[in-house]
Amino acid sequence: MTTRAMRLPATAARSRTRQAQRRRGNVSGLGFLTPFLVLYVLFLILPLVLDVVMSLFNTSLVLPGLGRFAGLGNYGELFGDSRFWQAMWHTIAFTLVSTPPLVLIPLFFAIVVNRIRRRQWFFRLAFFLPYILPSAVIALIWLWLYEPGYGLIDGFFSMLGLGAPGWLSSPNLALYSIVIVTVWWTIGFNFVLYLAGLQDIPRDLYEAASIDGASRSRQTWRITLPMLGRTTTLVVVLQIIASLKIFDQIYLITAGGPNYATRSAIEYIYDTGFTSQRVGYASAASLVLFVVILVVSFVWLALIQRQERV
Amino acid sequence: MAIKAPLRRTGPAAAVSAPAAPRGAVAAANWRESLFRRAVTGVVIALALVWLVPVAWTLDTSIKPETSTIIIPATWKVSGPTLSAYSAVFSATDLGRWYLNSAIVTVIVTVLTVITTSMAGYALSRGKFRGKGFLFALILAGIMIPPQALIVPLFRELQSVHLINTYWALILPQVPAPISVFIFKKVFDGVPVEIEQAATVDGAGWWTAYARIALPLVRPTIAAVSIFTFVWTWNNFLWPFLAATSPTMMTIPVGIGTVVSGVGVVNALQMASAVLGALPLVLVFLFAQRQIVEGVAGTGLK
Repeated sequence: MTTRAMRLPATAARSRTRQAQRRRGNVSGLGFLTPFLVLYVLFLILPLVLDVVMSLFNTSLVLPGLGRFAGLGNYGELFGDSRFWQAMWHTIAFTLVSTPPLVLIPLFFAIVVNRIRRRQWFFRLAFFLPYILPSAVIALIWLWLYEPGYGLIDGFFSMLGLGAPGWLSSPNLALYSIVIVTVWWTIGFNFVLYLAGLQDIPRDLYEAASIDGASRSRQTWRITLPMLGRTTTLVVVLQIIASLKIFDQIYLITAGGPNYATRSAIEYIYDTGFTSQRVGYASAASLVLFVVILVVSFVWLALIQRQERV
Repeated sequence: MAIKAPLRRTGPAAAVSAPAAPRGAVAAANWRESLFRRAVTGVVIALALVWLVPVAWTLDTSIKPETSTIIIPATWKVSGPTLSAYSAVFSATDLGRWYLNSAIVTVIVTVLTVITTSMAGYALSRGKFRGKGFLFALILAGIMIPPQALIVPLFRELQSVHLINTYWALILPQVPAPISVFIFKKVFDGVPVEIEQAATVDGAGWWTAYARIALPLVRPTIAAVSIFTFVWTWNNFLWPFLAATSPTMMTIPVGIGTVVSGVGVVNALQMASAVLGALPLVLVFLFAQRQIVEGVAGTGLK
């Protein structure tokens, strides 16, 4: 009550202000929410609604208004559009190929680094630094590393007396080359999540285990890995969602090529909406991708709730 | 079993000295295990060095004269190091302007995000207005919305009000971050309400209770959200790439993206622009490494 001494209004006046306050409190609680809510509705909810509406029209990028009503025509066309499914498949293939290394490698790094203790800053620097670089910088660096002939990677191969494959020019290899870039670039995020998860495991679990004579490797399998279960769920799902949204590095490194062999779902949406200017059709494609990501998110929520109950 | 315990508990230091005199099966197993552990550690150290190779190679190329970037096979040796590629970046591109745009956009987005999401989080934590539960659910649902999947309608929306190629289009759509509202609500929920009640009794309004009492108590969260928003906004490529088509409105990632498709022998120039594009964030990282790493770790939302 020391704070009260700072202000000493008359008692009657104070009780009146207090009542006013309470009333004002009801309103200003909402008032506090308003700035965010306005932006949220304008730039997340409205685009979502607009997306659903435009997907039912033949909206064009260069013409005003919604254009001609198409009903479910866009969706009908979309389901028979092999280019769209090809792009969706690339996105899913990228997700399937990139998720295991992006989960397992950081897990391995984190377990080992957590035991090293000394000089942890060095590992954080090495593994996490790439993560904070912009995608365009990543693209520049890796285009130069993959550069046929002059690049460092081809130089390394010729040093070993090997012929280098066409990292980005071979349609069969290009997507894997992008996966390598992505692993290098984003591993730090999962690495740090795992390090944090490791720090949360109670020390005495290990002490009890060693008193019972469990070897170190046994402790890793029986304590560390199970205790990281929640972190792994988080890492896997965040990774899947991030991978499903892949665009930057593919667009900047291969532009979806060679011959559309690496074009992702978002790039397909971009090409359709902005290059072919078919906004209505692109909106329908967006909604399909949106639903896929949403389903993954809900599966995650379900998983978390189950883990929390256990 | 009882013999093993002291050996184990002393940890790696003892394990290292153990192999000197391997006696019996226990010691042999110990020795094998410590050898294995050291091998694994060696592998991770080697990989950490491998992880730094692309960065080192970028720096190496950026100080080469262009002609020595086209040698087969590639060599690390720099004959006649020069900074000419760096000055070439400034004269060949609008880099200065991109820095300025990125700084303007990122700082304003970060400030607006922290203010609006902390206010919203505070309202959801302390407010007793009608529809609060619904609004909270609505905002929570927003965490699931992937903005990247909504680029087409968002562009259409801003195009229809003629805001493409303006700071408005670059800034405003990046501000509403439902996840930050959620983070702030959670942290405000953990602040005992009695402190603010005491102040409210003394006639302090919502604004005072929020700005003078609650906010200073959650400073670490403000730092984490700020740094995270800063890094995320600075690096954001897709939306600024769509919203800024004129070179004078581009941010660093978008501008550097245009350097990707350079013609002629511009390897050193490209690597110099990669270094210059990365520089601000590398500095942020070196100064705020702890907050960034803790911010990432906090994604777990324990």
